[in-house]
Amino acid sequence: MLQINNLHANVGDKPILKGLTLSLKAGEVHAIMGPNGAGKSTLGYVLSGRPGYEVTEGSATFNGEDLLAMDPHERAAAGLFLGFQYPVEIPGVSNVQFLREALNAQRGARGEEPLSGADFLKLARAQADAMGMDMEMLKRPVNVGFSGGEKKRNEMVQMGILNPALALLDETDSGLDIDALRIVGDGINRIMRKPDKAVLLITHYQRLLDYVQPDFVHVLADGRITRTGGPELALELEREGYKELAA
Amino acid sequence: MTALPTRHDEEWRYAPAGVLAALKALPEAENIAVAAGVTHPLYTCISTGAESKVEIQRYQIDIAEGARCEAFFLLTGGGYKRLDIDVTLAEGAHFEMGAVGIGRGDEVTEIVTRLRHVAPRATSNQIMRGIAMDFATLTMIGRIDVAKDAQQTDAALGAKGLLLDRTATINAKPELEIYADDVKCAHGCAIGQLDEMGLFYAQQRGLPLAEARNLLMQAFVAEAYGAIDDAEWRERMIGHAEAALRGTS
Repeated sequence: MLQINNLHANVGDKPILKGLTLSLKAGEVHAIMGPNGAGKSTLGYVLSGRPGYEVTEGSATFNGEDLLAMDPHERAAAGLFLGFQYPVEIPGVSNVQFLREALNAQRGARGEEPLSGADFLKLARAQADAMGMDMEMLKRPVNVGFSGGEKKRNEMVQMGILNPALALLDETDSGLDIDALRIVGDGINRIMRKPDKAVLLITHYQRLLDYVQPDFVHVLADGRITRTGGPELALELEREGYKELAA
Repeated sequence: MTALPTRHDEEWRYAPAGVLAALKALPEAENIAVAAGVTHPLYTCISTGAESKVEIQRYQIDIAEGARCEAFFLLTGGGYKRLDIDVTLAEGAHFEMGAVGIGRGDEVTEIVTRLRHVAPRATSNQIMRGIAMDFATLTMIGRIDVAKDAQQTDAALGAKGLLLDRTATINAKPELEIYADDVKCAHGCAIGQLDEMGLFYAQQRGLPLAEARNLLMQAFVAEAYGAIDDAEWRERMIGHAEAALRGTS
Protein backbone atom coordinates (compact mmCIF):
# COMPACT_ATOMS: atom_id res chain seq x y z
CA MET A 1 0.00 0.00 0.00
CA LEU A 2 2.73 2.44 1.00
CA GLN A 3 6.23 2.03 -0.33
CA ILE A 4 8.93 4.47 0.76
CA ASN A 5 12.38 4.14 -0.78
CA ASN A 6 15.53 5.96 0.30
CA LEU A 7 13.58 9.08 1.25
CA HIS A 8 15.59 12.21 1.94
CA ALA A 9 13.85 15.41 3.02
CA ASN A 10 14.82 18.86 4.23
CA VAL A 11 13.01 21.31 6.41
CA GLY A 12 14.42 24.64 5.31
CA ASP A 13 18.06 23.88 4.65
CA LYS A 14 18.28 21.20 7.27
CA PRO A 15 18.28 17.55 6.21
CA ILE A 16 15.94 15.59 8.50
CA LEU A 17 15.17 12.36 6.65
CA LYS A 18 18.33 10.69 5.39
CA GLY A 19 17.46 7.63 3.37
CA LEU A 20 14.33 6.21 4.96
CA THR A 21 12.96 2.99 3.51
CA LEU A 22 9.70 1.47 4.70
CA SER A 23 6.94 -0.71 3.28
CA LEU A 24 3.37 -1.07 4.57
CA LYS A 25 0.95 -3.66 3.23
CA ALA A 26 -2.83 -3.58 3.52
CA GLY A 27 -4.04 -5.06 6.79
CA GLU A 28 -0.88 -4.10 8.70
CA VAL A 29 -0.25 -1.83 11.65
CA HIS A 30 3.27 -0.45 11.94
CA ALA A 31 4.68 1.56 14.80
CA ILE A 32 7.57 3.96 14.45
CA MET A 33 9.36 4.80 17.64
CA GLY A 34 12.39 6.91 18.19
CA PRO A 35 14.01 9.68 20.16
CA ASN A 36 13.08 13.35 19.89
CA GLY A 37 14.35 14.97 16.74
CA ALA A 38 14.75 11.70 14.84
CA GLY A 39 12.37 12.83 12.10
CA LYS A 40 9.14 11.07 13.13
CA SER A 41 6.83 14.06 12.68
CA THR A 42 8.72 15.14 9.56
CA LEU A 43 7.90 11.76 8.01
CA GLY A 44 4.18 12.37 8.59
CA TYR A 45 4.35 15.88 7.14
CA VAL A 46 6.41 14.84 4.10
CA LEU A 47 4.02 12.01 3.27
CA SER A 48 0.97 14.32 3.63
CA GLY A 49 2.58 17.16 1.66
CA ARG A 50 3.01 20.01 4.13
CA PRO A 51 4.53 23.05 2.40
CA GLY A 52 8.13 23.66 3.44
CA TYR A 53 8.98 19.97 3.72
CA GLU A 54 11.09 19.35 0.67
CA VAL A 55 11.95 15.91 -0.66
CA THR A 56 15.48 15.92 -2.07
CA GLU A 57 15.87 12.26 -2.97
CA GLY A 58 13.98 8.99 -3.00
CA SER A 59 10.38 8.07 -3.64
CA ALA A 60 7.06 7.28 -1.97
CA THR A 61 4.19 5.50 -3.69
CA PHE A 62 0.68 4.97 -2.36
CA ASN A 63 -1.19 2.11 -4.04
CA GLY A 64 1.28 2.37 -6.89
CA GLU A 65 0.81 6.11 -7.44
CA ASP A 66 3.55 8.69 -6.94
CA LEU A 67 2.49 10.18 -3.62
CA LEU A 68 5.02 12.99 -3.73
CA ALA A 69 3.62 14.35 -7.01
CA MET A 70 0.16 14.86 -5.51
CA ASP A 71 -1.22 17.98 -3.79
CA PRO A 72 -2.13 17.58 -0.11
CA HIS A 73 -5.89 17.43 -0.84
CA GLU A 74 -5.31 14.83 -3.58
CA ARG A 75 -3.44 12.64 -1.10
CA ALA A 76 -6.38 13.00 1.30
CA ALA A 77 -8.88 12.05 -1.42
CA ALA A 78 -6.71 9.05 -2.31
CA GLY A 79 -7.22 7.87 1.27
CA LEU A 80 -4.31 9.24 3.29
CA PHE A 81 -5.11 10.69 6.72
CA LEU A 82 -2.67 12.43 9.05
CA GLY A 83 -3.62 12.54 12.70
CA PHE A 84 -1.92 15.72 13.88
CA GLN A 85 0.31 15.79 16.92
CA TYR A 86 -1.08 19.27 17.59
CA PRO A 87 -4.55 19.50 15.98
CA VAL A 88 -5.12 23.00 14.61
CA GLU A 89 -7.75 25.41 15.93
CA ILE A 90 -9.93 27.08 13.30
CA PRO A 91 -12.06 29.82 14.89
CA GLY A 92 -15.34 30.59 13.17
CA VAL A 93 -15.71 27.22 11.39
CA SER A 94 -17.76 24.51 13.09
CA ASN A 95 -16.47 20.94 13.10
CA VAL A 96 -19.62 19.89 11.29
CA GLN A 97 -19.17 22.40 8.47
CA PHE A 98 -15.43 21.69 8.24
CA LEU A 99 -15.84 17.93 8.01
CA ARG A 100 -18.80 17.99 5.68
CA GLU A 101 -16.96 20.25 3.23
CA ALA A 102 -13.82 18.13 3.56
CA LEU A 103 -15.67 14.85 3.08
CA ASN A 104 -17.64 16.13 0.10
CA ALA A 105 -14.48 17.57 -1.48
CA GLN A 106 -12.90 14.12 -1.14
CA ARG A 107 -15.98 12.42 -2.55
CA GLY A 108 -16.08 14.88 -5.45
CA ALA A 109 -12.41 14.20 -6.22
CA ARG A 110 -13.20 10.47 -6.33
CA GLY A 111 -16.21 11.01 -8.59
CA GLU A 112 -18.73 10.18 -5.85
CA GLU A 113 -21.95 12.02 -5.05
CA PRO A 114 -21.83 14.50 -2.16
CA LEU A 115 -23.41 13.39 1.11
CA SER A 116 -26.60 15.26 2.03
CA GLY A 117 -26.75 17.32 5.24
CA ALA A 118 -28.97 14.75 6.94
CA ASP A 119 -26.83 11.76 5.94
CA PHE A 120 -23.69 13.58 7.00
CA LEU A 121 -25.12 14.42 10.44
CA LYS A 122 -26.10 10.77 10.90
CA LEU A 123 -22.57 9.67 10.10
CA ALA A 124 -21.02 12.37 12.31
CA ARG A 125 -23.29 11.47 15.22
CA ALA A 126 -22.40 7.78 14.97
CA GLN A 127 -18.67 8.55 14.94
CA ALA A 128 -18.92 11.06 17.78
CA ASP A 129 -20.91 8.57 19.87
CA ALA A 130 -18.32 5.87 19.22
CA MET A 131 -15.58 8.17 20.56
CA GLY A 132 -17.68 9.29 23.53
CA MET A 133 -17.81 12.84 22.23
CA ASP A 134 -20.85 15.04 22.70
CA MET A 135 -22.50 16.08 19.42
CA GLU A 136 -22.60 19.63 20.81
CA MET A 137 -18.79 19.69 20.60
CA LEU A 138 -18.99 18.92 16.90
CA LYS A 139 -21.10 22.03 16.44
CA ARG A 140 -18.41 24.20 18.02
CA PRO A 141 -15.52 25.73 16.08
CA VAL A 142 -12.80 23.25 15.10
CA ASN A 143 -10.69 22.43 18.18
CA VAL A 144 -11.26 25.89 19.71
CA GLY A 145 -11.37 25.62 23.49
CA PHE A 146 -10.85 21.83 23.35
CA SER A 147 -8.51 20.27 25.90
CA GLY A 148 -5.50 18.32 24.61
CA GLY A 149 -7.37 15.04 25.07
CA GLU A 150 -10.51 16.36 23.36
CA LYS A 151 -8.45 17.45 20.36
CA LYS A 152 -6.98 13.96 19.99
CA ARG A 153 -10.41 12.41 20.35
CA ASN A 154 -11.69 14.83 17.70
CA GLU A 155 -8.93 13.63 15.36
CA MET A 156 -10.32 10.13 15.74
CA VAL A 157 -13.88 11.32 15.08
CA GLN A 158 -12.58 12.97 11.91
CA MET A 159 -10.77 9.78 10.94
CA GLY A 160 -13.99 7.82 11.46
CA ILE A 161 -15.96 10.20 9.26
CA LEU A 162 -13.36 10.43 6.49
CA ASN A 163 -12.70 6.67 6.63
CA PRO A 164 -9.19 6.67 5.11
CA ALA A 165 -7.28 3.68 3.72
CA LEU A 166 -4.01 4.73 5.36
CA ALA A 167 -3.69 6.59 8.66
CA LEU A 168 -0.47 8.22 9.80
CA LEU A 169 -1.05 8.96 13.47
CA ASP A 170 1.51 11.37 14.89
CA GLU A 171 1.67 10.97 18.66
CA THR A 172 -2.05 10.48 18.89
CA ASP A 173 -1.40 9.09 22.37
CA SER A 174 0.34 12.14 23.81
CA GLY A 175 -1.68 14.21 26.25
CA LEU A 176 -4.19 11.44 26.93
CA ASP A 177 -5.14 10.08 30.33
CA ILE A 178 -5.54 6.32 30.78
CA ASP A 179 -9.26 6.22 29.98
CA ALA A 180 -8.90 8.45 26.91
CA LEU A 181 -5.97 6.33 25.74
CA ARG A 182 -8.18 3.23 25.79
CA ILE A 183 -10.98 5.03 23.93
CA VAL A 184 -8.57 6.32 21.28
CA GLY A 185 -6.92 2.90 20.99
CA ASP A 186 -10.30 1.22 20.54
CA GLY A 187 -11.17 3.87 17.95
CA ILE A 188 -8.06 3.13 15.91
CA ASN A 189 -8.82 -0.60 15.98
CA ARG A 190 -12.48 -0.12 15.10
CA ILE A 191 -11.87 2.27 12.20
CA MET A 192 -8.58 1.03 10.79
CA ARG A 193 -8.06 -2.65 11.71
CA LYS A 194 -9.38 -3.96 8.40
CA PRO A 195 -7.86 -6.09 5.66
CA ASP A 196 -7.88 -3.21 3.16
CA LYS A 197 -6.39 -0.57 5.49
CA ALA A 198 -3.06 0.21 7.08
CA VAL A 199 -1.83 2.31 9.99
CA LEU A 200 1.48 3.95 10.80
CA LEU A 201 1.61 4.85 14.48
CA ILE A 202 4.22 7.41 15.37
CA THR A 203 4.84 7.29 19.10
CA HIS A 204 7.35 7.72 21.89
CA TYR A 205 5.82 5.21 24.21
CA GLN A 206 4.87 1.58 24.37
CA ARG A 207 1.58 2.25 26.18
CA LEU A 208 -0.58 2.90 23.07
CA LEU A 209 0.72 -0.36 21.65
CA ASP A 210 -0.97 -2.22 24.52
CA TYR A 211 -4.26 -1.24 22.91
CA VAL A 212 -3.29 -1.21 19.25
CA GLN A 213 -1.11 -4.25 18.63
CA PRO A 214 1.41 -3.49 15.90
CA ASP A 215 2.54 -6.10 13.41
CA PHE A 216 5.90 -4.37 13.02
CA VAL A 217 7.87 -1.94 15.15
CA HIS A 218 10.57 0.26 13.64
CA VAL A 219 13.16 2.42 15.28
CA LEU A 220 13.72 5.75 13.57
CA ALA A 221 16.96 7.47 14.49
CA ASP A 222 18.76 10.28 12.72
CA GLY A 223 16.49 10.21 9.69
CA ARG A 224 16.44 6.51 8.86
CA ILE A 225 15.07 3.21 10.09
CA THR A 226 17.80 1.59 12.14
CA ARG A 227 15.94 -1.47 13.36
CA THR A 228 12.77 -3.40 12.63
CA GLY A 229 11.11 -6.11 14.68
CA GLY A 230 7.83 -7.41 16.05
CA PRO A 231 5.81 -6.06 19.01
CA GLU A 232 8.50 -7.35 21.37
CA LEU A 233 10.86 -4.65 20.07
CA ALA A 234 8.66 -1.95 21.61
CA LEU A 235 8.93 -3.63 25.00
CA GLU A 236 12.66 -3.95 24.60
CA LEU A 237 12.90 -0.24 23.75
CA GLU A 238 10.84 0.67 26.78
CA ARG A 239 13.20 -1.34 28.93
CA GLU A 240 16.53 -0.46 27.40
CA GLY A 241 15.92 3.04 25.99
CA TYR A 242 16.77 4.22 22.51
CA LYS A 243 20.47 4.75 23.06
CA GLU A 244 21.37 1.08 23.06
CA LEU A 245 19.14 0.03 20.21
CA ALA A 246 19.21 2.93 17.83
CA ALA A 247 22.90 2.80 17.09
CA MET B 1 -22.42 73.63 4.99
CA THR B 2 -19.21 72.11 6.23
CA ALA B 3 -15.96 72.51 4.36
CA LEU B 4 -14.90 69.70 2.07
CA PRO B 5 -12.53 67.20 3.66
CA THR B 6 -8.79 67.12 3.02
CA ARG B 7 -6.10 64.62 3.87
CA HIS B 8 -5.18 66.81 6.81
CA ASP B 9 -8.40 65.62 8.43
CA GLU B 10 -7.44 62.56 10.44
CA GLU B 11 -10.47 60.55 9.35
CA TRP B 12 -9.69 61.26 5.67
CA ARG B 13 -5.92 60.89 5.77
CA TYR B 14 -5.85 57.62 3.78
CA ALA B 15 -8.44 58.67 1.17
CA PRO B 16 -7.13 58.81 -2.41
CA ALA B 17 -6.28 62.36 -3.51
CA GLY B 18 -8.20 61.81 -6.75
CA VAL B 19 -11.40 61.02 -4.88
CA LEU B 20 -11.03 64.08 -2.66
CA ALA B 21 -10.26 66.34 -5.63
CA ALA B 22 -13.36 65.20 -7.49
CA LEU B 23 -15.61 65.57 -4.45
CA LYS B 24 -18.12 68.38 -5.02
CA ALA B 25 -20.02 67.91 -1.78
CA LEU B 26 -20.28 65.35 0.96
CA PRO B 27 -23.54 63.41 0.75
CA GLU B 28 -26.07 64.20 3.47
CA ALA B 29 -25.82 61.93 6.48
CA GLU B 30 -28.78 59.70 7.16
CA ASN B 31 -30.14 60.60 10.57
CA ILE B 32 -31.23 57.81 12.83
CA ALA B 33 -32.68 58.62 16.23
CA VAL B 34 -33.25 55.60 18.43
CA ALA B 35 -35.84 56.44 21.09
CA ALA B 36 -35.37 55.51 24.73
CA GLY B 37 -35.61 51.80 25.40
CA VAL B 38 -35.93 50.86 21.73
CA THR B 39 -33.66 48.44 19.83
CA HIS B 40 -32.92 49.55 16.28
CA PRO B 41 -31.35 47.09 13.84
CA LEU B 42 -29.55 48.28 10.73
CA TYR B 43 -28.22 46.06 7.94
CA THR B 44 -26.52 47.71 4.98
CA CYS B 45 -24.49 46.49 2.04
CA ILE B 46 -22.50 49.23 0.37
CA SER B 47 -21.72 47.65 -2.98
CA THR B 48 -20.58 49.42 -6.09
CA GLY B 49 -20.62 46.18 -8.08
CA ALA B 50 -18.19 46.04 -10.97
CA GLU B 51 -18.32 49.79 -11.53
CA SER B 52 -15.50 52.06 -10.56
CA LYS B 53 -17.35 54.80 -8.75
CA VAL B 54 -17.45 56.75 -5.53
CA GLU B 55 -19.96 55.68 -2.90
CA ILE B 56 -19.96 57.45 0.45
CA GLN B 57 -22.56 56.59 3.05
CA ARG B 58 -22.79 58.67 6.19
CA TYR B 59 -24.86 57.99 9.25
CA GLN B 60 -25.63 60.24 12.18
CA ILE B 61 -26.99 58.04 14.91
CA ASP B 62 -28.37 59.23 18.24
CA ILE B 63 -29.12 56.55 20.76
CA ALA B 64 -31.33 57.68 23.64
CA GLU B 65 -31.32 56.45 27.25
CA GLY B 66 -31.21 52.68 27.52
CA ALA B 67 -31.73 52.25 23.76
CA ARG B 68 -29.71 50.02 21.45
CA CYS B 69 -28.56 50.34 17.88
CA GLU B 70 -27.25 47.15 16.26
CA ALA B 71 -25.64 48.02 12.94
CA PHE B 72 -24.00 45.65 10.46
CA PHE B 73 -22.30 46.58 7.23
CA LEU B 74 -20.63 45.02 4.23
CA LEU B 75 -18.53 47.05 1.80
CA THR B 76 -17.61 45.54 -1.55
CA GLY B 77 -17.14 46.44 -5.19
CA GLY B 78 -15.06 48.66 -7.43
CA GLY B 79 -13.93 52.25 -6.98
CA TYR B 80 -14.10 54.00 -3.63
CA LYS B 81 -16.50 53.00 -0.87
CA ARG B 82 -16.70 54.72 2.45
CA LEU B 83 -18.79 54.05 5.52
CA ASP B 84 -18.80 57.02 7.83
CA ILE B 85 -20.69 56.74 11.11
CA ASP B 86 -21.05 59.27 13.88
CA VAL B 87 -22.78 57.89 16.97
CA THR B 88 -23.80 59.67 20.15
CA LEU B 89 -24.73 57.51 23.12
CA ALA B 90 -26.97 58.75 25.95
CA GLU B 91 -26.96 57.25 29.44
CA GLY B 92 -27.02 53.44 29.43
CA ALA B 93 -27.29 53.26 25.64
CA HIS B 94 -25.56 50.56 23.60
CA PHE B 95 -24.06 50.57 20.11
CA GLU B 96 -23.20 47.23 18.53
CA MET B 97 -21.44 47.20 15.17
CA GLY B 98 -19.97 44.66 12.80
CA ALA B 99 -18.43 45.96 9.58
CA VAL B 100 -16.70 43.96 6.87
CA GLY B 101 -14.73 45.38 3.95
CA ILE B 102 -13.46 43.25 1.09
CA GLY B 103 -11.19 44.81 -1.53
CA ARG B 104 -9.50 43.46 -4.63
CA GLY B 105 -8.05 44.98 -7.80
CA ASP B 106 -7.34 48.65 -7.09
CA GLU B 107 -10.44 49.14 -4.94
CA VAL B 108 -10.38 51.46 -1.96
CA THR B 109 -12.53 50.71 1.07
CA GLU B 110 -12.87 52.85 4.17
CA ILE B 111 -14.65 52.12 7.43
CA VAL B 112 -14.65 55.14 9.68
CA THR B 113 -16.53 55.41 12.93
CA ARG B 114 -16.76 58.04 15.60
CA LEU B 115 -18.42 57.21 18.87
CA ARG B 116 -19.31 59.89 21.36
CA HIS B 117 -19.84 58.52 24.83
CA VAL B 118 -21.29 61.65 26.43
CA ALA B 119 -23.26 60.21 29.37
CA PRO B 120 -22.62 57.58 32.06
CA ARG B 121 -22.93 53.82 31.68
CA ALA B 122 -23.21 53.63 27.91
CA THR B 123 -21.58 50.65 26.21
CA SER B 124 -20.34 49.97 22.71
CA ASN B 125 -18.81 47.08 20.82
CA GLN B 126 -17.36 47.46 17.34
CA ILE B 127 -15.90 44.66 15.25
CA MET B 128 -14.21 45.59 11.98
CA ARG B 129 -12.86 42.97 9.57
CA GLY B 130 -11.02 43.82 6.37
CA ILE B 131 -9.61 41.65 3.60
CA ALA B 132 -7.36 43.24 0.99
CA MET B 133 -6.10 41.47 -2.15
CA ASP B 134 -4.19 42.57 -5.26
CA PHE B 135 -3.54 46.33 -5.06
CA ALA B 136 -6.53 47.14 -2.86
CA THR B 137 -6.40 49.63 -0.01
CA LEU B 138 -8.52 49.13 3.07
CA THR B 139 -8.78 51.54 5.97
CA MET B 140 -10.37 51.08 9.37
CA ILE B 141 -10.47 54.10 11.66
CA GLY B 142 -12.36 53.96 14.92
CA ARG B 143 -12.46 57.01 17.09
CA ILE B 144 -13.98 56.87 20.54
CA ASP B 145 -14.52 60.02 22.58
CA VAL B 146 -15.38 59.56 26.23
CA ALA B 147 -16.59 62.80 27.83
CA LYS B 148 -15.81 63.80 31.39
CA ASP B 149 -19.29 62.87 32.57
CA ALA B 150 -19.38 59.53 30.80
CA GLN B 151 -18.29 57.49 33.82
CA GLN B 152 -18.52 53.70 33.62
CA THR B 153 -18.34 53.75 29.88
CA ASP B 154 -17.53 50.29 28.50
CA ALA B 155 -16.31 50.59 24.92
CA ALA B 156 -14.64 47.88 22.84
CA LEU B 157 -13.16 48.17 19.38
CA GLY B 158 -11.51 45.31 17.52
CA ALA B 159 -10.13 45.81 14.03
CA LYS B 160 -8.49 42.93 12.17
CA GLY B 161 -7.13 42.85 8.65
CA LEU B 162 -6.12 40.03 6.35
CA LEU B 163 -3.48 41.15 3.90
CA LEU B 164 -3.48 38.55 1.15
CA ASP B 165 -1.01 40.12 -1.27
CA ARG B 166 2.24 41.98 -0.70
CA THR B 167 0.95 44.77 -2.93
CA ALA B 168 -2.24 45.42 -0.94
CA THR B 169 -2.52 47.92 1.92
CA ILE B 170 -4.44 47.90 5.17
CA ASN B 171 -4.58 50.86 7.53
CA ALA B 172 -6.04 50.28 10.97
CA LYS B 173 -6.19 53.01 13.54
CA PRO B 174 -8.06 53.14 16.82
CA GLU B 175 -8.19 56.61 18.34
CA LEU B 176 -9.32 57.07 21.89
CA GLU B 177 -9.83 60.33 23.67
CA ILE B 178 -10.85 59.74 27.25
CA TYR B 179 -11.70 62.42 29.79
CA ALA B 180 -13.57 60.29 32.33
CA ASP B 181 -11.58 58.30 34.90
CA ASP B 182 -13.80 55.28 35.55
CA VAL B 183 -14.06 53.66 32.12
CA LYS B 184 -13.18 50.51 30.21
CA CYS B 185 -11.98 51.06 26.66
CA ALA B 186 -10.60 47.91 25.06
CA HIS B 187 -9.12 48.29 21.61
CA GLY B 188 -7.06 46.05 19.39
CA CYS B 189 -5.72 46.02 15.87
CA ALA B 190 -4.14 43.08 14.12
CA ILE B 191 -3.09 42.67 10.52
CA GLY B 192 -1.88 39.33 9.28
CA GLN B 193 -2.06 36.57 6.74
CA LEU B 194 -4.09 33.38 6.62
CA ASP B 195 -2.87 30.86 9.16
CA GLU B 196 -0.59 28.46 7.26
CA MET B 197 -1.15 25.58 9.64
CA GLY B 198 -4.93 26.05 9.36
CA LEU B 199 -4.64 25.96 5.58
CA PHE B 200 -2.59 22.77 5.65
CA TYR B 201 -4.97 21.15 8.15
CA ALA B 202 -7.95 21.87 5.86
CA GLN B 203 -6.04 20.60 2.81
CA GLN B 204 -5.02 17.44 4.64
CA ARG B 205 -8.68 16.78 5.36
CA GLY B 206 -9.47 17.08 1.64
CA LEU B 207 -10.09 20.71 0.70
CA PRO B 208 -8.22 22.07 -2.32
CA LEU B 209 -6.07 25.11 -1.45
CA ALA B 210 -8.52 27.64 -2.95
CA GLU B 211 -11.41 26.19 -0.93
CA ALA B 212 -9.30 26.04 2.21
CA ARG B 213 -8.45 29.72 1.78
CA ASN B 214 -12.10 30.56 1.23
CA LEU B 215 -13.13 28.68 4.34
CA LEU B 216 -10.65 30.56 6.52
CA MET B 217 -11.64 33.89 4.97
CA GLN B 218 -15.33 33.16 5.56
CA ALA B 219 -14.60 32.36 9.16
CA PHE B 220 -12.65 35.58 9.49
CA VAL B 221 -15.42 37.86 8.22
CA ALA B 222 -18.17 35.91 9.98
CA GLU B 223 -16.75 37.12 13.30
CA ALA B 224 -18.13 40.56 12.50
CA TYR B 225 -21.64 39.17 12.19
CA GLY B 226 -21.60 36.89 15.23
CA ALA B 227 -23.63 39.42 17.24
CA ILE B 228 -26.57 39.45 14.81
CA ASP B 229 -29.38 37.89 16.85
CA ASP B 230 -31.74 37.44 13.92
CA ALA B 231 -30.53 34.15 12.39
CA GLU B 232 -32.05 34.93 9.01
CA TRP B 233 -30.24 38.26 8.74
CA ARG B 234 -27.03 36.75 10.04
CA GLU B 235 -27.11 34.10 7.32
CA ARG B 236 -27.96 36.72 4.72
CA MET B 237 -25.06 39.02 5.66
CA ILE B 238 -22.62 36.08 5.80
CA GLY B 239 -23.97 34.91 2.44
CA HIS B 240 -23.34 38.33 0.86
CA ALA B 241 -19.82 38.40 2.30
CA GLU B 242 -19.11 34.89 0.99
CA ALA B 243 -20.31 35.88 -2.47
CA ALA B 244 -18.04 38.92 -2.33
CA LEU B 245 -15.10 36.73 -1.33
CA ARG B 246 -15.72 34.46 -4.28
CA GLY B 247 -15.90 37.51 -6.49
CA THR B 248 -19.47 36.76 -7.57
CA SER B 249 -21.18 39.84 -6.20
